[in-house]
Amino acid sequence: MVYEAQQGHPGGDFSATDILATLYFGVLRYDPKKPRDPDRDRFVMSKGHCTGAFYSVLAAAGYFPEADLSTYMEPLSMLNGHPNRNYLPGVETNTGPLGHGLPVATGIAIAGQIDNADFRTFVLTGDGELQEGSNWEAALTCAHRKLENLTLIIDRNRLQQGARTEDTASLDPLDDKWRAFGWHVEMVDGHDHAQLLDVLSASPKGRGKPLCVIANTFKGKGVSYMHDNVAWHHGVPNKEQYEQAMRELV
Amino acid sequence: MSAAAPSKSGFFDCRDSFAATIEALAEADPRIVTVVSDSVGSSKLGNFRKKFPDRMVNVGIAEQTLVAVGAGLANGGKVPFVSAASCFITGRALEQVKADIAYSNVNVKLIGQSSGVAYGELGPTHHSIEDLAWLRLFNNMKLIVPADPWQTAEAIKAAAAHDGPVFVRVSRMAVPALERPEGAKFEIGKAETLVEGTDATIIANGTMVHRAVAAAKTLAAEGISARVVNMATVNPLDEAVIASAAETGAIVTVEEHSVRGGLGGAVAEVVATTNPVPMRILGFPGFVPTGSAEWLFDHFGLNEAGIADAVRQTIARKK
Repeated sequence: MVYEAQQGHPGGDFSATDILATLYFGVLRYDPKKPRDPDRDRFVMSKGHCTGAFYSVLAAAGYFPEADLSTYMEPLSMLNGHPNRNYLPGVETNTGPLGHGLPVATGIAIAGQIDNADFRTFVLTGDGELQEGSNWEAALTCAHRKLENLTLIIDRNRLQQGARTEDTASLDPLDDKWRAFGWHVEMVDGHDHAQLLDVLSASPKGRGKPLCVIANTFKGKGVSYMHDNVAWHHGVPNKEQYEQAMRELV
Repeated sequence: MSAAAPSKSGFFDCRDSFAATIEALAEADPRIVTVVSDSVGSSKLGNFRKKFPDRMVNVGIAEQTLVAVGAGLANGGKVPFVSAASCFITGRALEQVKADIAYSNVNVKLIGQSSGVAYGELGPTHHSIEDLAWLRLFNNMKLIVPADPWQTAEAIKAAAAHDGPVFVRVSRMAVPALERPEGAKFEIGKAETLVEGTDATIIANGTMVHRAVAAAKTLAAEGISARVVNMATVNPLDEAVIASAAETGAIVTVEEHSVRGGLGGAVAEVVATTNPVPMRILGFPGFVPTGSAEWLFDHFGLNEAGIADAVRQTIARKK
C-alpha cells in the first residue's frame, strides 16, 4: 500500500500489526456487516497515521474488499491517510491529530458504564503520542470512574517521528506512571500473539480499574532495514527495498 | 418546558431556560446526558444532577477530555449536552471540537455558557468573543445564538431534535423577553423579523437583539424606518432574509463578539457576493480593556444610541 501510494508511515504500521491482528482475530466482538451495532466492542485507532496496518486488518476482518486497499490515499478513496468513520465502516472516530483516541474511548466506555452494557472499548496509542497532555486528562477520568471496560494498549516502540522517545521527552518509567494514575498495568511483548491474547481476552469484570497494556514493540518489525530505525517513521521504499521487504515478510 | 418565570425586573438569565429545558428533555429521552468540567454551578445544572445523578459526567477541569468524552458518549448511543464556559469549550478544546465532533460528524451538543463579555472584569482570557469565528469554519456544525429565554429553550429543543453537531451560545447577561407574534416558531437556520422597516436593516443576535429593537424605536421617532432581524442561527445563515435586508439598501450588524469573523463577517460574505450595499459591523475590535459587561457595551457603542448612530451613518452612505 505504502509503495503503491508512495506515502505512509510504514515503521509504525509494522510495530502495531501484531497488536491489531490479535485484537481483530482473537479478542474483539464485531460483525463487519453491522458496523454500528450498539453491542459491538469498540476499537479506537488513536495512532491514526498507521492506516497501512489498520486498513489491512479491517479489510481482512471483512469490513471492505481487500482489493480496495490498492486505492490507499488516491483521490476520493475512502482510504484517507487518516481514518474517517464517515467514509469507512469499522472506524469509530476520526483520528490523526495525536492524543485524541483515549479521551474519545473514555466517553464510549462511560456510555457502556451508564447502561451497564457488556461491550468493551479498546484504544491503541503510540508511545510518543503520550506526550500529548489530553491523554493524562482522560487517564484521570478513567481511573476515577473505575472504567474496567476500557483497555488502553500502548505500542511501545520507543521511537517517535524525530528520535527516540527517551531522548525527546522521556516516558520511563511508563508502567509506574500508569499505576500512579490508578490503572492496572500489564507489560507484554507486542509481537507475541499468545501474550497479547492472554492479557486482552481476560475478562475485565471485577478488576475495578482500567487496564493499560504496554506492548513492547519494534518500529519496522519484520523488515530488516526498517527495524528499530527512526528513518522509517514515514518513508517509501524504492523498488529494490519494496521487493526485499515483501520477501522478508512472507 | 416553558421558559423560566419572570424575575422582578422583567429581565432573565437564559441559563435558567437552558437548565429547565434540558431537565424536561431528559425526563422524556433517556439518551440525554450532560457532560461538565466542574461547571455544574456555572451551567445551572445543580438540579439536573439531583434528578439524574447517573446521567451527568463530570470530567474535572479538563476541557479536551470534556469535548472528547461527548464524542465518545454519542458513539455509545447517548445524546450528550456538553456544557462549560464558552471561552474554554471552544478555545481550549478547539481541536477536539474540530476532529472529534465536527469532522467526525457526531451527535453532540456543545453549550457555550457565559459567552461574549459576560465575565466583564475578568478580562479577555475569560471573554468568548472569538467563538463564533472559530466554529463558523466547521461547515456541518449548527451555530445558534438565542436572544431571550423563549428562544434559548427552543434552541435547546431544536438541538436535541437535530441529529448532528450543534453549538448553542448561552448568555448569563440579563435580557428581556422579546415581543413576538402569537404562534412564533423557532427553526434552525431561520431568522425572525421583529420590526418591519424599509430604510435599513439591523441584523443582530443574542444579547444585542433587544438593544437593536430599542434603537429601531428611537429611529422611528425620527422618521427612519429600520427593520430588525434576529439572526439567531449563524450557521447555516438565512440567506433569503439577508437578500431581503440588502434590498433596504443599508445593513448594520450587531453582536456580542469580535467584529472579525462572527455574525457580521458571515452576513458580509453573503452581501458582498450577491448584492453589495453599505454595511457596518458592530462588535468588539479585539481584546477589550477592563470593565463590566455593561460598561463594555456602552464603551464600544453596543447600545441603543450606538446602534442608532451606526444606522444613520450607514444610510448616509447609500448612493
